[in-house]
Formats: sequence, structure tokens, C-alpha cells
Amino acid sequence: MPKPIGGKAAAALIPAGAVIMFGGFLGCGNPHRFIVELAELGTKDLTVICNDGALPNGPDGDEFYGVAKLIHNKQVKKLICTHVGTNPEVARQMNEGTLDVSLIPQGSFAEMIRAGGAGLGGVLTPTGYGTIVREASHVHSVVEIDGRHYLLERPLRADYAVVYGYKVDPFGNVWYKGTTRNFSPWMAMAADTVIVEAENLVGAGEIEPENIITPGVLVDYIMTGREV
Amino acid sequence: MDIKGFIAARVARELKDGDVVNLGIGLPTLVTSYLPAGVNVILQSENGIIGTGPTPGPDQAEPLYITNAGGLPAAVGPGGAYVDSCVSFAFIRGGHVDCTVLGALEVDAEGNLANWIIPGKKVPGMGGAMDLVVGAKKVIVAMEHTAKGSHKILEKCSLPLTAVKCVHLIITEMGAIQVTDAGLVLTEYNPAYTLEQIQAATGAKLAISGDLRKMAGAEESA
Repeated sequence: MPKPIGGKAAAALIPAGAVIMFGGFLGCGNPHRFIVELAELGTKDLTVICNDGALPNGPDGDEFYGVAKLIHNKQVKKLICTHVGTNPEVARQMNEGTLDVSLIPQGSFAEMIRAGGAGLGGVLTPTGYGTIVREASHVHSVVEIDGRHYLLERPLRADYAVVYGYKVDPFGNVWYKGTTRNFSPWMAMAADTVIVEAENLVGAGEIEPENIITPGVLVDYIMTGREV
Repeated sequence: MDIKGFIAARVARELKDGDVVNLGIGLPTLVTSYLPAGVNVILQSENGIIGTGPTPGPDQAEPLYITNAGGLPAAVGPGGAYVDSCVSFAFIRGGHVDCTVLGALEVDAEGNLANWIIPGKKVPGMGGAMDLVVGAKKVIVAMEHTAKGSHKILEKCSLPLTAVKCVHLIITEMGAIQVTDAGLVLTEYNPAYTLEQIQAATGAKLAISGDLRKMAGAEESA
């Protein structure tokens, strides 16, 4: 059974220098309460694996939406992502030389995380062939199969994955709402320790077994936002 | 109609009823406003929507839970589905998207596309663009013909590529250009411009189609 954990205690699990995956797409599906606690703690030198650098402002006008809080707080030394154009602070820190950004095509990024959690040795994709992506360290080689060229991309794994679940039951089973799902189900398979930030804690059986997206056995901690 | 609307309206005529379509940020998102009567398309949003519906009003929007790939509030339409990123990109890469429409910094005579980075100046990242142009059955570049007079349609792209030989059709305010094995072919022109003006605004040799037509919708704008 996963352990219930409060926000401050969950953030305190992360040591300086950790490699950490965050679900989310432009902030939608980021574990926002966890990120607030981690920003409060100020844990440094993080390698963050997340689709993007999120947004300077959230939908309610709040400053530094989602992972943008950690970036603006200078807690991130490396960002492995697909797109950073929406958060100008990323470009500023890149130019300053304080933030290392590794850009991966979004479909490859998703499959590399899947491969990391699925025990696969890599991903063969036509995406990025003939481009400068070939030179990146996440690409192992070019492979030709039946006359078509593919990049062989390495799997991606992390020390921690923190995902945001709209409904979470005591077994850690997760149901994601709307487009908050994105990379989260695969990140929950690709990290040594998995924390799910629960929006709503529901009773056992309240998520139909057929509708469980992330099986609870993958989850180590359920962050409730309350000290329990 | 402004230039962007004019281009989007012409792109809309390329889409068929029932097509699964992914529209890039900016000009391409205008395309849905100009779909001909009887043409309904299934919009795919790479962050995880297949069958995006009309943009919800402020009372219905749930920006914390449901957004499009531009980060703005969105919702599924009737019959639509929310999916995870691996399914979304299996959809894209696996040829289940009929058409993608996106902008370009440069596009060339071989159909090579550059639209994700200006080294040393702007590094926004490729996001889903590299997968979209490799996987979609039809790739349409929709853009203004030049960047304030400098050529964007070239013999050979100079910026880092998004993908090689991926573009099928280029639609601008000046005309429609097909990418063929023999190079670029002008198939439609906007009569507001002469063929000489169109060629002069293009950094690659344009062959003129034997079946050259006036651009659909050009009369209103000319």
C-alpha cells in the first residue's frame, strides 16, 4: 500500500541533484501543490524531465505556473523537455549559461519515457531523422530498416516521478481528468519512486477497476495536501 | 478579410468532411472558421484530445483540467476522447492524422521544412512539430509568402530542419504551390499579383502548372 504523505514531507523526499519527472503540458496536469512545497524548500540542482517550462502566469493570473516556479527560483540545472518557447525565463537562463536545456521531439519524449518504464532498450522512430536532433546525446544511432531511416532513441528514467491525479483511492489507483493525463501514466512507470498528488481522495472501489489509468502498485506515496 | 484570414480560408478548402486534422498555433488555428458548409473535421490536439469541440465560454472553461496544445481552455466535442501522450503521438506518427497545417520559417524546393529554431536567436523547441510532419498523411504549410520581403520559400533551407521532404502544399496570400519530385509548381495564383511578382517573392524556381487557376476566394480580396 502506498503511504499517505503531506505536502511538506513529500517535497522533503527530494534530495538536491535529483532527477525528477513532472507530468503536465503547459502547466495543465503539473502537480501544483507539490511544486509550491518544493519551491518553498528551495531544493537545488534538479534535473527536471517535463514536456515544457510551463507559463509565466497561470489561468488565474498567478505568477509562475507549475514547473515555471522551480525554474524562476533557479532550482533547475537541467531541463529535459520538448518546448520552452512559452516561458521566456528558460531562454534567459539558457543564455546566462545557468540552465542546460535538452530538447526532444514530443512523440519521441513520450515513447522514451514509456521505454524507460516498459523495460525496452530504446525507441526506433522516423521523427528527427535528417535533422540536428541526430547529434543529441539521447540519440544512440541511425538505423535503416527496409530502406527507411530511424533514430534509435535511448529510454528515459528518473529517480522520482510526481504526477497529479484527480481521483486517487487508498490503493494509489489514479484517474486523470481531461487533458491533465498527458505523460503522467508513463512517468509513473519510469521512476524509482512515484508520488501522486491527489486532488480528491476517494474510497476504495470508487474508481471502477476498468477505469483505473495508473494502477496503485506503481505508486509509493499519495500526497493529500493535508498532514496525515 | 485580412491576409491571415485569406490564407486560412484557402487552406480550409483542402480539408474533406471527416478528416482528422491537427492545426499548428497561430494562423493555422483560423482554418476552422472558414470550413465550407457540410465539411466537419475532427480536430486533434497533441496534448491529448481527439475530437476537440468549440472553445468553451468563461462559465464552462476548466483551465486547470482541460486545455489545448496552446495551453488555452478547450473541451472535447461530441464523440471526442481524452488520451495520453503516447496514444496521441501514436495517432500522429502512425498515419491516423489526415492533415496537419503549420507555419514555417523556411520551406524549400524539396519540401524540407524549418520551423523550430533560429540558432543563437530563438530556441523555442520543436514540441510536436517533428512528429506531426513525419506522420501526417498531408502536410500543408500556411504562411505569409515572405518575411517582410525576405524569401521564406527557398531552393534549400538554411535553418536547421524540422524534417526532410515532408511538405506537400504551400499556401500563401500569393498562391498555392505544390511540392513535386521536380520541384515547386504554382497551381493557383492570387490575381492581385502578377506571376512575375510571385516568382520575385520566391527564392526558388516556380514551375507554372498547365492547369493554373485563380486562387479560390481571391476575387473578394483582390
